[in-house]
Amino acid sequence: MPGNRRIIQQRERVRERRVAVAVTSLGLTSLLLTGCGPADSGPPTLTWYINPDAGGQADIAQRCTEEADGEYRIETSLLPNDAAAQREQLARRLAANDSSLDIMSIDPPFVPELATFLAPVPEDIADSTTENTLEGALAGAMYEDRLVTVPFWANTQILWYRESVAEEAGLDMSQPVTWDQLMEVAAEQDVELGVQGSQAESMTVWINSLIESAGGTILENPEAPADEIELGLDSEAGREAARIIGTIGDEGLGGPGLATSTEGTSLTEFQGDTGSFMVNYPFVWPATQGAVEGGSLDQALLDDIGWALYPRVSEDQEAAAPLGGINLGVGASSDNPELAYQAVECIVQPENQTEYFLTNGNPPSNSEAYEDPRIEEQFPMAETIRESLENAAPRPQTPFYNEISSGLQQTWTPPEGVEPETTPEESAEFITAVLRGERLL
Amino acid sequence: MTRATTENPEAMKTNGRRNNDYSDRAKAERRLGWILAGPAFIIMLAVTLYPIIQAFFDSLYAFRLTAPDERQFIFFQNYVTILSDPVWWRDLLVTLLITVVTVAVELVLGFALALVMHRALKAVRGWLRTAILVPYGIITVVSAYAWFYAFDISSGYVNSWFNWVPGIDQDLNWFAQASTALPVIMASEIWKTTPFISLLLLAGLAQVPDELTEAAKVDGATWWEQMRKVIIPNMKAAIMVAVLFRALDAFRIFDNVFIMTNGQYGTEVLSLLAYRTSISRLEIGLGSAVSVLLFACVLLISFIAIKIFKVDLAGSTGGKR
Repeated sequence: MPGNRRIIQQRERVRERRVAVAVTSLGLTSLLLTGCGPADSGPPTLTWYINPDAGGQADIAQRCTEEADGEYRIETSLLPNDAAAQREQLARRLAANDSSLDIMSIDPPFVPELATFLAPVPEDIADSTTENTLEGALAGAMYEDRLVTVPFWANTQILWYRESVAEEAGLDMSQPVTWDQLMEVAAEQDVELGVQGSQAESMTVWINSLIESAGGTILENPEAPADEIELGLDSEAGREAARIIGTIGDEGLGGPGLATSTEGTSLTEFQGDTGSFMVNYPFVWPATQGAVEGGSLDQALLDDIGWALYPRVSEDQEAAAPLGGINLGVGASSDNPELAYQAVECIVQPENQTEYFLTNGNPPSNSEAYEDPRIEEQFPMAETIRESLENAAPRPQTPFYNEISSGLQQTWTPPEGVEPETTPEESAEFITAVLRGERLL
Repeated sequence: MTRATTENPEAMKTNGRRNNDYSDRAKAERRLGWILAGPAFIIMLAVTLYPIIQAFFDSLYAFRLTAPDERQFIFFQNYVTILSDPVWWRDLLVTLLITVVTVAVELVLGFALALVMHRALKAVRGWLRTAILVPYGIITVVSAYAWFYAFDISSGYVNSWFNWVPGIDQDLNWFAQASTALPVIMASEIWKTTPFISLLLLAGLAQVPDELTEAAKVDGATWWEQMRKVIIPNMKAAIMVAVLFRALDAFRIFDNVFIMTNGQYGTEVLSLLAYRTSISRLEIGLGSAVSVLLFACVLLISFIAIKIFKVDLAGSTGGKR
């Protein structure tokens, strides 16, 4: 009997093992089947590599998929958080001829570097998508005088200020103000200016705007190869930019955290007791509103916030505010470039840009998109943003942007170390040596 | 044995047969060894040796990822550029400083913790080990953020808690200069990895026979003398292994610096330089050369430790002394 029991147990074990094998094989087979499943039966799928946002791009992808009515389907794929890391991933994938890069969201300064890997913009798409594009945003989408990406949304910095501080200083904020006026008020009233002095991209943004506002330019010959690039740093405009940054640093006008301040930290300072004037992007508004609604900030603070165009360097010359945002490119190795451009045309239509501004706070690049009355209601500074975008100046448009930007960041920080007589010249020499391959960065 | 075999042919025969048997078994064992370790060995070659060779090959070119057509063979020019650049030497110095300081402090603290764990009452021993191991279990990036936010001028609490310490006040921006940023980076590194070193040292302590310390005690040796003449010499192998492991780790420091300062204001280390050159600048040639030099530094440290300080990686049990 015990022998019989053993045999029965053995049989049961064998049966159990068989069941286990069958279940595993079934699982594996179904995995394989789903992997190689009938993906090609539906409409072609376009992958859109998006920068992280509050879900707006995914919504637009959904809407355009519905509008395409079976012609194509847009799927989104998330890029890393910061712009530099997004560029790294896009560059690596594009250089490897990744065919999944159908549509991608690109930060304007990286357009020239990636331009050789992008499918040319068809003429009809170029015409239809740039009809009412704001000047600055259009400039950021071009390289070598042709449109290489399609402007989607455009970002710019404006001057945010505390009305109480401006009032006490007797500044008429309906008129353009200069950096010198702001520095004077900050020194007199012992308040802090919100600027970004960290060794990061925000520093390049600041330097570029100051130099452009002073009538100069960082890069003299954008289309030159690396070893022939000429920089306009060692110029009157460059020295003027260095004077402003150096003074703010030297006199402590940017507060003790200036050397490490970014857009986020300068907003925190601006919301504090020593806040006065700040140059920053429009995210400031929804962020502060959100904090007030959440109870961490007072309504009085929100009521005290005013806005104006980016400060001027000299009284008689209009300021060139920073330009940011996102353009859309189509990968040259994409399997469906024509469909991808059709999708791009759908994505950037003014209604989508309006909706994106309202839901995600990212300003449109198309002037028509500002006409929706809801925008004025939700973003009372929309008109200032639009105006700022007309005059915004792109950062140096060259495939070697990364070298120029990192070189500037390293030589123009910390702000208290910036000297108008030496910094522009030294940074120009350093960046030129890096571009010639003689120096490490 | 040789003499026995030569003198006695019979013995030689048996012995020969035995040798053959043994060698058959050895052969089988060797074959089994290869079958077992072979796949791992091949994978190791594929994932380590191949990239090393590829990196060396790439380092001889001027090669930018976004301009593949302009790739150019330039021999050792990349190495000349790097070694003649002050940035390389500054980064090497920062890396060495971090390595030396962190390893030295970790060794002292780790030894103290190991002693505490070794001597602790049985009732609390398990609890104590767990508590000490907590920092080591935290992901480096997470701990780097924790330290960053603690010291950050706009969100940190360190400035307001410690403003009674001379030199610290509300306006101290820790990450705005190397003289204050590096100590924070090193403190974070020490806090995170001391548990590792203390565990290695605890294993070493456990191997020191109790009779030796007892004999020293009987001979009237003080605590310090027991430590210096009995315990430490007997756990030298464990100490050296701990130092070597941690030195190699510390030399390759990346996460803490990347999160806290991203190398700004003179806090850049060699791994970050390699990362920025290869990944951010996409200069594959120059970046590979930096990586190859970094690898050479790591090899040099291992060589110095193993050949000069005679670190016995096989531990105190089977290896040579």
